Amino acid sequence: METKENKLSSEFLCGVELLKQGAEARLYRCHFLGRPSIVKERFHKRYRHPALDDKLSHRRTLQEVRSILRCRRAGILVPVVYFVDYSSNCIFLEEIVDSCTVREHIASSLCSNRELEQLVEQIGQILAKMHDEDVIHGDLTTSNMLLRPGQDDVVSQLFVIDFGLSYISSLPEDKGVDLYVLEKAFLSTHPTTEELFEKLLKSYVAASSKSLPVIRKLDEVRLRGRKRSMVG
Amino acid sequence: MSLRFMGHRKDTVCINVYLLAFSAAMPVVIGFEGSANKIGIGIIRDGEVLSNPRRTYITPPGQGFMPSDTARHHRAVILTVLKEALEQAGLKPADIDCVAYTKGPGMGAPLVTVALVARTVAQLWGTPLLGVNHCIGHIEMGRLITRADNPTVLYVSGGNTQVIAYSQRRYRIFGETIDIAVGNCLDRFARVIKISNDPSPGYNIEQMAKKGSQFVELPYTVKGMDVSFSGILSYIEDMSHKMLSSGQCTEEDLCFSLQETVFSMLVEITERAMAHCGSQEVLIVGGVGCNLRLQEMMGVMCKERGAKLFATDERFCIDNGAMIAQAGWEMFRSGQITELEDSWITQRYRTDAVEVTWRD
Repeated sequence: METKENKLSSEFLCGVELLKQGAEARLYRCHFLGRPSIVKERFHKRYRHPALDDKLSHRRTLQEVRSILRCRRAGILVPVVYFVDYSSNCIFLEEIVDSCTVREHIASSLCSNRELEQLVEQIGQILAKMHDEDVIHGDLTTSNMLLRPGQDDVVSQLFVIDFGLSYISSLPEDKGVDLYVLEKAFLSTHPTTEELFEKLLKSYVAASSKSLPVIRKLDEVRLRGRKRSMVG
Repeated sequence: MSLRFMGHRKDTVCINVYLLAFSAAMPVVIGFEGSANKIGIGIIRDGEVLSNPRRTYITPPGQGFMPSDTARHHRAVILTVLKEALEQAGLKPADIDCVAYTKGPGMGAPLVTVALVARTVAQLWGTPLLGVNHCIGHIEMGRLITRADNPTVLYVSGGNTQVIAYSQRRYRIFGETIDIAVGNCLDRFARVIKISNDPSPGYNIEQMAKKGSQFVELPYTVKGMDVSFSGILSYIEDMSHKMLSSGQCTEEDLCFSLQETVFSMLVEITERAMAHCGSQEVLIVGGVGCNLRLQEMMGVMCKERGAKLFATDERFCIDNGAMIAQAGWEMFRSGQITELEDSWITQRYRTDAVEVTWRD
């Protein structure tokens, strides 16, 4: 069954340009009804037990589409979903042309401190909006945010992508962990940016109407777990 | 010899050690490890493991190891192990250039015991002392044995679960458990269904899992590059006796399902960190790292992305003295030593707290 499905998906994607292989999906670039689009294929992961793999791939495809739609309704910039094929776990998404990941953007060090501050403030505002909609992203990193730089009087646009681990929850705990995941990824990817991340949190707090218990949970989650240095 | 204790101020001693490191062409470092239930002493000379004896404190089925009992065990055997290490290496104390010991993280009482012996012999032999981060020991030993150059490291053991990559003079933690370690989850499951702790609960689970066939669905908790195991443990603690007594599944099925689930989570976060960092090498270290099923799954993942897997066997995966000696050797070479008054231990010591002075 798995091999047949695998074959099917690779058949209709054969000849399509493979863009990259992410952690759990392959991304292809193609045109869908004339529009530049990305096909995200959750292919069969052979290292996992087939039962577990089927469940995870299906659940994540479903969840990704749901969260994208919910974000779009709230006015958060995300790629448009053109089409979903649940039998092969493929999502056809709008291609965010002329964009780069926030990670690349920060690493390129082409931007001034002021620009970086503006960028993280923008990230904080978007995450606040997303959390106020009860969307928990589940894998917030600077690789999962795309930046389309603005020119002249056009402001730069920030897209959130990769909602594979997302889910809906109104619990401050889940939102706190979401921010914690971002904090760790942010600080390990971009060393010595603690101040920048503080700015991000500040703008999150300012923009969110329910931030107080979330930040309290974030402080709690930071102290959890083993081998953490004891302060206070 | 007199050079070594010429100065009392830190900077003077540092300069002396530099001189020493350069004058001794091949420094010999002895490493003392005893942060958990293993006590090991290893001797390394220029990347060559001269000896690496070890003892394990094994508790009865259904019981974990307590800090004070573990320290008592270590106290009882440490001098025997030290003699073995020197004899097997064919060395005398005078041949040792530096004494390295585990500063942390780990259990307090066993750490104190081992550090005390390390301090004593360092003073007896007149050699400098080096406090080593246990996690760094695992990473450096893995790099030495496998010759992996700049891998994404999955460090999995009874006390730690971390995905680590090197950048800008630190081993940075990209992902880790947000509650208990994967080995702790496996060990405590073993206690629930009274699997033997000899030679280790993880090894016995691995053997039983080979006979399991039915996949029992368990919670699967991945949060970005982080994982969580406490929910899985609570769930399996809760349902295992019910499922076993009603004959819904066997103990072997549970071992199999638990391994498949937690290892999938580990491979997934490793792959996510690799995709995030653009890395094409994986190194597995730590006690759980010698599980062949985990290595097999990681190997399949690596093949799918054209990456390379590096892993070692139980001699070097499981806590041992040589790994502390190896990390100590790297630190010693780069001019570090630990003053006697700084030679304390700490139960909490993050991997990213250490400045890596020996890599570019």
